[in-house]
Amino acid sequence: MSDARRQIMANIRRSLGRDELPESAQLELRSRISEPEQGIRPHFDQDLAERFVEKLEAVAGTVTRVPSLKQVPAAVQNYLDQYQIKAKLVMSADSTLAQIDWPQDWQIEHRPASGGDHVSVTGVFAGIAETGTLALLSGPVHPTTLNFLPDDHIALIRADQIVSHLEDLWGLMRKHAHMPRTVNLITGPSRTADVEQTIQLGAHGPRRLHVVLVESSA
Amino acid sequence: MNLEHRSAARFKPQAAEALQDDNLKRALAKAKDGFVLKRLQAVSNLNEFESIRTEARRIKDHVLKHLDYYLEEFERKVIATGGHVHWAETAEQACNVVQDIIGGEGKQVLKGKSMVSEEMGLNAALEQRGHTVVETDLGEYIIQLAHEPPSHIIAPAVHKTRDQISDLFHQEHPKYGLHKRLTEVPDLVSEARQVLRDKFINSDVGITGANFLIAETGSTVIVTNEGNGDLSQILPNVHIVTASIEKVVPTLNDASTLLRLLARSATGQEMSSYTTFSTGAKRTDDQDGPEEFHVILLDNGRSKVLGSDFQDILRCIKCGACLNHCPVYGAIGGHAYGWVYPGPMGSVLTPLIIGLENALDLPQACSLNGRCGQVCPMSIPLPDLLRRHRFKAFQQGLIDSRTKYGLTAWALMVKRPRLYHALTSVLTRVLALMGKSKGSLRAVPFASGWTSARDLPVPQGQTFQQLWAKRK
Repeated sequence: MSDARRQIMANIRRSLGRDELPESAQLELRSRISEPEQGIRPHFDQDLAERFVEKLEAVAGTVTRVPSLKQVPAAVQNYLDQYQIKAKLVMSADSTLAQIDWPQDWQIEHRPASGGDHVSVTGVFAGIAETGTLALLSGPVHPTTLNFLPDDHIALIRADQIVSHLEDLWGLMRKHAHMPRTVNLITGPSRTADVEQTIQLGAHGPRRLHVVLVESSA
Repeated sequence: MNLEHRSAARFKPQAAEALQDDNLKRALAKAKDGFVLKRLQAVSNLNEFESIRTEARRIKDHVLKHLDYYLEEFERKVIATGGHVHWAETAEQACNVVQDIIGGEGKQVLKGKSMVSEEMGLNAALEQRGHTVVETDLGEYIIQLAHEPPSHIIAPAVHKTRDQISDLFHQEHPKYGLHKRLTEVPDLVSEARQVLRDKFINSDVGITGANFLIAETGSTVIVTNEGNGDLSQILPNVHIVTASIEKVVPTLNDASTLLRLLARSATGQEMSSYTTFSTGAKRTDDQDGPEEFHVILLDNGRSKVLGSDFQDILRCIKCGACLNHCPVYGAIGGHAYGWVYPGPMGSVLTPLIIGLENALDLPQACSLNGRCGQVCPMSIPLPDLLRRHRFKAFQQGLIDSRTKYGLTAWALMVKRPRLYHALTSVLTRVLALMGKSKGSLRAVPFASGWTSARDLPVPQGQTFQQLWAKRK
């Protein structure tokens, strides 16, 4: 144990007027961690997908809703056409994206993004209706650079992946996923207000964030 | 203002100088209303704001009461997920830890925005060892080019006008082959993006701050809009986090409660663009991310603030709302305060970290209008804490002798009502005679400090007590 650590701990305990907490008190705190308090959730009545789309659009994200996975390539094509971007994509290797029949003539690579990549297409772990937020987890199939380096980030989400509040995301993760190296909560494209408090999109991360929302999981 | 030699002890001359700075006046005027209005809108749109605020205060008070436990728990989890935790009592220790981790010389170091690293004086320390430091938050980048410290805790370049930024880029960017003087915001942002892109990709180390540390998972959390903090930590091989010890919270849920207040209070957003949870180094199968993850926990006097009359300031989540609502900050900006943290939270925290005797004027730089306390999402009683500093300064005999004797004489008088009435009735009569024809006095003997900046309305010749007695 380092001297600094010992000294800081001693100072903290002296300031609190006590020694190390007794075992019983530690147990109580341990259960406060293992059974987290639920917090106060902002109330809303809307349908989860409606709310998610409304909130994301309010922060300059764009959304295309499609009935099923089959329509995803066409939705992506439309988006690429709109900004006259070539179909040269870096993609995460999520199982959902793997189910899609991408056009043969598209150039698709599954790898981390580099500075020269214009468009990434990724899956997400969940969406949060409360704030229109996407939750992306780093992992072997999903390099984090895909979320930040390209100018355009296209994210695919199924309606059944949208949860109500932030706490629901953590609930899901505690059940189904270990904490990965990086959890990115993304709410709109990159922005800055550092020049005269004028909001400008596309500071260092993606200039645009486009979400393709698939209504049914079939 | 000579920013290299500014200090919290020289507040008065620095503030006087700031008031003469027209560019500063223009820049601050532009920023202020935006911050205030956006916050108001965001807070009014959240019906649960007050109850979440109460909850947030409860969470932080709980953490402070058990700070040793949560820090140890956080440390345990960081180590379990493949990271390292380093403890530092002082800024100097913390800088040494960073040097040891980086090692060697001449490395390129990326920085995401971190106020704790400002507290450490980290950039200067690294540059002394021959490392190149690149600030990547646009505001921080701008002031690094200008060789200035941040003037606001969330908007470091808020004191710069667009014109000044145009000049800076025009002066500094030709070495990248960029020669045109740009004047529009989108062009300026785009050029900075272009210049920093290369640096992101070719750096050895990334250093970020932390808005929260999570004991449940050993995660550090940053809240940003630009994405620079993310690129700074996923591209280099080493990610170092600088954080102060009071940033720890028990669980992800607790962080969620605080997040609902943070962005709303800071910029009026419901969520910032990027909220990022970093846990350990990259996993074996990950294709990108840092090979090493280090967290430096800096005390710098906070463990002694714990349990004191000033403990409430440790609830601060550094949103900047108190700065944005402070009329003093709005008039002089952040540099005049002389140390890292300006505005109301700074005037409370600075004396606690660098010593009240070195920052005597900061708690006085306040009209006690109370707005900071009203908008603070963590319900920190900032005006009370500022008053407490003033009281301590008096108690410890740190104030100048004129003020001390003045206050003693005042106390002597107000404790003797008859003497007080006699003196005030003479004084009001004399003042009334002096200013008979004018209605106001431009100068009053022995009170030039007060009348140098304003006129004294002439009293009508009788004290309130005398008028009251007559009415009866």
